[in-house]
Amino acid sequence: MDMRVNAKEKMKLVMVGNGMAGVRAIEELLKLAPDLYDITVFGAEPHPNYNRILLSPVLAGEQTLEEIVLNDWAWYEGNGITLHAGFKVTQVDRVKRMVTAQNNAGETLTTPYDRLVMATGSNPFILPLPGKDLQGVLAYRDIADTQAMIDAAAQYKHAVVIGGGLLGLEAANGLMKRGMQVTVVHVSDWLMERQLDKVAGQMLQASLEARGMQFRMSAQTAALLGDDTGRVNKVVFKDGTHVRADLVVMAVGIRPNTALAESMGLHVNRGIVVSDTLQTVTDPRIWAVGECAAHRGIAYGLVAPLFEQGKVLANHLAEFGIGRYLGSQTSTKLKVTGIDLFSAGDFMGKASGRPEDAECEEIVMSDPAGGIYKKLVLKGDQLVGACLYGDTVDGSWYFKLLRDGRSVADIRDKLMFGESNIGDVGHQGQSKAAAMADTDEVCGCNGVTKGAICKAIKDKGLFTLDEVRKQTKASASCGSCTGLVEQILMFTAGGDYSATPKLKPMCGCTEHGHQAVRDAIREHKLLTVGGVFKFMNWRTPNGCASCRPAVNYYLISTWPKEAQDDPQSRFINERSHANIQKDGTYSVIPRMWAGETTAAELRRIADVVDKYQIPTVKVTGGQRIDLLGVKKEDLVDVWKDIGMPCGHAYAKALRTVKTCVGSEWCRMGTQDSTQMGKDLEKAMWRMYAPHKVKFAVSGCPRNCAEAGIKDVGIIGVDSGWEMYVGGNGGIKTEVAHFFTKLKTAQEVLEYTGAFMQLYREEGWYLERTVHYINRVGLDHVKKKILEDAPLRQALWAKLQAALDGEPDPWFELQEAKVDTRQFTPLTTA
Amino acid sequence: MTAWKAICRVEDIPVLGSRRVARDHGLDVAVFRNDADEVFALLDRCPHKGGPLSQGIVFGTRVACPLHNWTIGLCDGQAQAPDEGCTPRFEVKVEAGVVFLNAEELVGHATELTRPMAGPVSRKTERTS
Repeated sequence: MDMRVNAKEKMKLVMVGNGMAGVRAIEELLKLAPDLYDITVFGAEPHPNYNRILLSPVLAGEQTLEEIVLNDWAWYEGNGITLHAGFKVTQVDRVKRMVTAQNNAGETLTTPYDRLVMATGSNPFILPLPGKDLQGVLAYRDIADTQAMIDAAAQYKHAVVIGGGLLGLEAANGLMKRGMQVTVVHVSDWLMERQLDKVAGQMLQASLEARGMQFRMSAQTAALLGDDTGRVNKVVFKDGTHVRADLVVMAVGIRPNTALAESMGLHVNRGIVVSDTLQTVTDPRIWAVGECAAHRGIAYGLVAPLFEQGKVLANHLAEFGIGRYLGSQTSTKLKVTGIDLFSAGDFMGKASGRPEDAECEEIVMSDPAGGIYKKLVLKGDQLVGACLYGDTVDGSWYFKLLRDGRSVADIRDKLMFGESNIGDVGHQGQSKAAAMADTDEVCGCNGVTKGAICKAIKDKGLFTLDEVRKQTKASASCGSCTGLVEQILMFTAGGDYSATPKLKPMCGCTEHGHQAVRDAIREHKLLTVGGVFKFMNWRTPNGCASCRPAVNYYLISTWPKEAQDDPQSRFINERSHANIQKDGTYSVIPRMWAGETTAAELRRIADVVDKYQIPTVKVTGGQRIDLLGVKKEDLVDVWKDIGMPCGHAYAKALRTVKTCVGSEWCRMGTQDSTQMGKDLEKAMWRMYAPHKVKFAVSGCPRNCAEAGIKDVGIIGVDSGWEMYVGGNGGIKTEVAHFFTKLKTAQEVLEYTGAFMQLYREEGWYLERTVHYINRVGLDHVKKKILEDAPLRQALWAKLQAALDGEPDPWFELQEAKVDTRQFTPLTTA
Repeated sequence: MTAWKAICRVEDIPVLGSRRVARDHGLDVAVFRNDADEVFALLDRCPHKGGPLSQGIVFGTRVACPLHNWTIGLCDGQAQAPDEGCTPRFEVKVEAGVVFLNAEELVGHATELTRPMAGPVSRKTERTS
């Protein structure tokens, strides 16, 4: 006997529909509130939830039905969900809150609800043609349709697919692979006209023709004729011609399935109208999700937006009451093996004929023989559309630029050649995931092979790039393999990974992005980490290891000397002022101004190495000396005995200033680069920043200090100094941009300092200068530093004020808020 | 009867921070304090690559390992999915503001686990010539 109090008062949640969007919402709900509801699901199809997007590969014989099941029967049972598969809901009484359903055998069921989710999906649109009810005339939507097509292919020869859009071409491709002769009938001049421009559409057609597909373009169907047995045998066109057909598949579009909703009296307009919380506007007990829902006038048909909806819905069903769905931008890819195409945004450009597109400009690369076509549409300085055929590896990058709406003026000349050509490539440029073997490495940073990614996608049921990143770590580090991972995801899961929300939250603890947090701290003068969390309604009581260091940095960079620096919100290296190693010991790198040292310093270092038995002494790439393997207990004494300033080699701060010898000694030198380096380092050391910062100063254009790959690089020339910004020698080598030419050392200090202060104020945490500049555009930085002298001077003054009196954490431990208890272990003696 | 050993006062551990307790044998025990003044104890070793958890960032009832950011639950020592692994737990109690560990566990629990080696000792010594 169940003795729990209120055991019977669990709320009843009923879902009408057993498709991808609805079941995903239930999965999310179970994660948040596993015990809140008794859940009942009605599904018209006699199957558990499967991946509808993969019906095309099933039709083509590349996957089986079993392989595309997402939640098997055991999943429903294991989660205590009552599934009525094969039962179609015929009536919902909103007053009595009762759902009635019927199966093919005529059995009926009724179930009461407290809350109801409509997830009825959509129906294929059937052209009202004479003969549409003949045998052998099908839509293409579910497992039954797919099975009927597979059966027909085994028995008959001639197939006609009406509709040359995404779904129609996938159907035609599948039928052809099953041995049928397929004619695609399309009403427009070119295929997929809603996703492709004319050139790409015609290239696609040529490629499909080469595989044996036939086309009737600009053709209008008049009627379907049948034989004596009542089976279709002919498609007749308005011009009087006809083609043979034993099977006709209509793929001319889908319509939200709203018949039930209408009968219930719910407001329907292009779908069941819902608010940002996915609640119907008619009845607060009823929500709608997926293809049947109309959000801000749009019913989405792609997976990613529907999954985003599911997440929001689950949150409200779980009574957390946070999260809104704000709509999605979408892009398209075709799932026909061997054909790569991608389109997003305003891909037509000027050719659309719309007056607002008149000022669009296009960058086009066309190689019909090589099967490659790329068109980028720009409006002003922004990318507004892309249409790619044959080589789609940069699709996601273009899509990101498009959504971010950032100026591409500075990279316009390289835009066509893809992300890997902005700066040098860190990895070998694989661009076709399909051509890779399972053992080929996709992600060089984390050593993840194509096979491992495919396996994780299949075994764990992954759909989005973020999920793959979490599970496999592929593309989670430098990101240069993102395009490849997305291609693999597309082939393996058919997932539409790309429609992520425009605003990326800082982490799972909040819905706010980095910029919103920065802005709030500035506008409302927030001074503590806890204050930020409270003011911005953080979901977690004290954040996580990802947001706390970011928020702490934003506080101390926005309100220096006023904000409260929280050591517990800093990564260990910035708490212990040394660099943690894999065995838990630390490394110590003292500051050597501009890489110059003395006999006395070297003696002290040598003595320390002996005294504390430091196992490794290494010269760093930044012209300093690294002592590795120092025990935490010894750190404070090591610092004291060395007697050199802290090198901040562990911190998101100014690290080294690398210099060449310069005119003091070098017979080629034109400027005193070492002195310039010392001046820069002494002016800016102790400067915390969004990420580590490295400078270099060379005394002549031979550039021995390698200033071209530093955050700020200064190169001496006869008449003064050249300043470069945004270089990087890390995961991806990035050559610094030429910024300006300066005459005096004083100017070098002022311009460098002003640029640094701008980066400190505007950069997002963990964003190197190159990524900051890529985000805001070099023009933005130039406007503020080069064209606005008062602002530049103000920024430089602000940086100097912030750094004035900043403690050296190795010697002024108390002022630097170093918790010295950490250096001594507790004992049990 | 459990024999308890007094370790420190709760205030000796930073809020949302930790201290490590040295032992005669075996790796340190890390004692953590959250923002509700609850105290937890785990072996100071991440199940992933042996990182010292005492040096990580504490949030909620979890700690992020300083080496590769695995998240470990302070109550059960379990790694958070999709990562898999578990850190040995230690019994801990707080009485009148004093933190106690189980004396028997301090001596004998999880003493076989070690840290990875680093530096010259970790290099293979044999040469080809």
